[in-house]
Amino acid sequence: MNLFLRQLLTNGRFRFSVVLMLLMVVFAVVGPMVNHHNPLFAVGGRFDPPSPRAFLGTDVIGNDVWVQLMHGTGTSLKIGLLAGAIATFIGVVIGTLAGFLGGVVDEALMGLTNVIITIPTIVILILLSVAVETRSLVSLGIIIGVTSWPWTARAVRAQTASLRTREHVDVARLSGARTFSIILWEILPYMFSYIFMAFVLQLASGILNEAALSLLGLGPDNTISLGKMLQFAIQGEAVRTGAYWAFLPPTILLALISFSLLLLQSSMDEVFNPRLRRA
Amino acid sequence: MGELMSVQGIRAAYAVGERKILAVDDVSLTLRKGEVLGLAGESGCGKSTLATVLALAARPPLYVKSGKMLLEGKPIDLTLQHQLPRELRGQVISVLPQGAMNSLNPTARVRDLAYDVLRAHQPGIKRPEAYDRTRERLEQLGLPARVLESYPHQLSGGMKQRVVAVISTLLNPKILIADEPTSALDVSSQKSVVNLLNKLLDTGVISSIVFIAHDLPLLREIADRIAIMYAGKTAEVGTNKDIIDAPKHPYTQALIGSILVPEPYVRQRRIEGIEGSPPDLRSPPSGCRFHPRCKHAMPKCAQTEPPEFGTPERFAACWLLEETVKS
Amino acid sequence: MTQSPSVQSVGTALLEVSHLTRNFGSGKNAISAVKDVSFSLQPGEIVAVVGESGSGKSTLARLVLRLLAPSSGSIGFLGGDANALSTADYWRDVQAVFQDPYASFNQFYTVQRILGNALALSKERLSGAERERRMRDGLVAVGLKAEEILGKWPHQLSGGQRQRVMMARALMLQPKLLVADEPTSALDASLRVSVLNLLSDLRKRYGMSILFITHDIGQAYYLCDRMLVMYQGELVEQGTVEEVVRGAKHPYTQRLLADVPKLH
Repeated sequence: MNLFLRQLLTNGRFRFSVVLMLLMVVFAVVGPMVNHHNPLFAVGGRFDPPSPRAFLGTDVIGNDVWVQLMHGTGTSLKIGLLAGAIATFIGVVIGTLAGFLGGVVDEALMGLTNVIITIPTIVILILLSVAVETRSLVSLGIIIGVTSWPWTARAVRAQTASLRTREHVDVARLSGARTFSIILWEILPYMFSYIFMAFVLQLASGILNEAALSLLGLGPDNTISLGKMLQFAIQGEAVRTGAYWAFLPPTILLALISFSLLLLQSSMDEVFNPRLRRA
Repeated sequence: MGELMSVQGIRAAYAVGERKILAVDDVSLTLRKGEVLGLAGESGCGKSTLATVLALAARPPLYVKSGKMLLEGKPIDLTLQHQLPRELRGQVISVLPQGAMNSLNPTARVRDLAYDVLRAHQPGIKRPEAYDRTRERLEQLGLPARVLESYPHQLSGGMKQRVVAVISTLLNPKILIADEPTSALDVSSQKSVVNLLNKLLDTGVISSIVFIAHDLPLLREIADRIAIMYAGKTAEVGTNKDIIDAPKHPYTQALIGSILVPEPYVRQRRIEGIEGSPPDLRSPPSGCRFHPRCKHAMPKCAQTEPPEFGTPERFAACWLLEETVKS
Repeated sequence: MTQSPSVQSVGTALLEVSHLTRNFGSGKNAISAVKDVSFSLQPGEIVAVVGESGSGKSTLARLVLRLLAPSSGSIGFLGGDANALSTADYWRDVQAVFQDPYASFNQFYTVQRILGNALALSKERLSGAERERRMRDGLVAVGLKAEEILGKWPHQLSGGQRQRVMMARALMLQPKLLVADEPTSALDASLRVSVLNLLSDLRKRYGMSILFITHDIGQAYYLCDRMLVMYQGELVEQGTVEEVVRGAKHPYTQRLLADVPKLH
């Protein structure tokens, strides 16, 4: 295990993506601590270009883009984390149960999973988002989380089904261990890196899903996120009027976040999946 | 019989981080035309590392520290890893590894693998021609030609190994290095692979084999000469008969003593294995490396490394032989 | 090799396997990994199940261990139906050692924890000191030093040590039957002998019966009293090891014997 850690830490792509991700987290966490401006408070006019006062200019209603960017990145990351955690949790529970128990349980759970996979996620997302009374950061995270677990469930099921036949699982059964404890102690530890990688992917897709919902006007109320910044920019016709400072920064940040998360995942895959490493 | 390949003073080490593990330490061997040379020893004795070096396939983290090779009379400096004549691989030296086909592309048919091998040697070759040549070779060796159309998973373990043996000898290499090619197989499949290797020799497809195994009865069936390795060194070298019927090194004796075959003497007494386990090569024992496990160990054994008593063709590295030599 | 104490006594068989069948898959793809296999095992007896890969011998082991449910047939244990016992009760008396001493270990556990988990099966509530004592006794019985081994992680042990720890694990429960599924095939020849000797000693000391699964007729011949030969899921021959090795009747057994490399 130490070997894996050492390989991870010497992997250039891994280090690069971690540093990039950390920079963005620091930006979102430390930024608002240093800069106390309210992101929802106008500091200038409509689409003021970058100036010493608002160094990334202002958006359609005169809010400071730089301040919004700090808070928006934070909100997007929080929604992504919440959605990713929920999706991973549900996916792991369903995947391990289906993979370990097999038979009827497997068929029922995988049937459900496949049904959900065939319905485009965005449709469920829109329906759920419209249905909820208040769209807070938390409710949005939950909505995204409960709609995106099926892929994790499928992947975890496949892993569990192959781990189930390992001899140490038989040894645990012969020691009288119960199903729950076998899943927890004999199966999950072996999938830890795998689950973490699935979580990273869920995190990235959660953030992008938030952006998609926000673009449709279904973003979280009373707060700012990267998606809502884009929504405001598009509504205010920032693209047509050439106010690039209103839409480029959130776009770039979204791209950077997904890029670094995907790179993080693939660099971990390289280390944990030796077959890929050799190629 | 002339010499086909000989190596002198091979030392090869794995470099893992700061640590170096000397897996092969000063080994010299000769491979003659037409013979099967067996390399035997417990896991971790360096036999597979030696096979990699002989196959000119050493690559980081494995480094050859010193060692010269004479291949058909041409000297090759094994330490210059990046300048090794890799074009010799497949044409002069070829490798048959353990469970070879399990590491191959499962979506490629046998004929695709054969085509790849032939194309590497002869870039312009057309597929039908490659298939025909492979089919001819299969038939010559008494294997069914229909395996050409098969995917690896459709073949049994023994058939896979035989097919890989045929493909890796398509270019008629002089030397085949077989690294535990039968260890994962049951006895009947083992026999079929051994029969095929013998046939490859008889039909002149290849001229010599280095056969690595931990199974001495198997080596007795296929090898002409056997080298016993222990902890990176050659403990004993001799003909098949010398080693099996008159082993001189206590390690060889112990190895042979722990063989379980369905022959009456096996049930008549309690067979003792070898106490302890092979040494950690990061800090090998002083003197003779076998002395901590040896029944005949003397004070001298812990202090000085025994030289090879005998001729390069028949020797054992053990102090017990000193007196016999003197007298 | 010393012969077993009185085997083949007429008392109750320890294990009575009758018409055991296990199919995998369904419809056209169905295959019988084990087909109508019947045999019995007396207390204190070591019986080998010999066969090549795919012969069904490992499936048979899993059926006997009740890690797998049979498609049909029954397993009798100590005169009763094994299925009448809870798995916990059954596993108190029937334990196993597996083929791969690497895969048998949960790599995230120390030896102490692996052994401790097995003690959960025991009927009485054990005090900490008693648990410790049993683990030590188990390790000593297989020739390991408890203080050196208990705190170790699997990757710090050699293959032979791992296999011994697995035997210690089974021993602590003092089972009546040990199913040893190719316990030596991943080991070097010299270690192999010492593991087989250990199995033989355990029988002598504790009167334990052993069902020894192997592809190596030589090992079966050395260790066992009787031999069952499996081929394509069926039991094609059984008898004492001498009977089978000296006078094999079934063509498959004859071929198997002919294919074994000889030393002399």
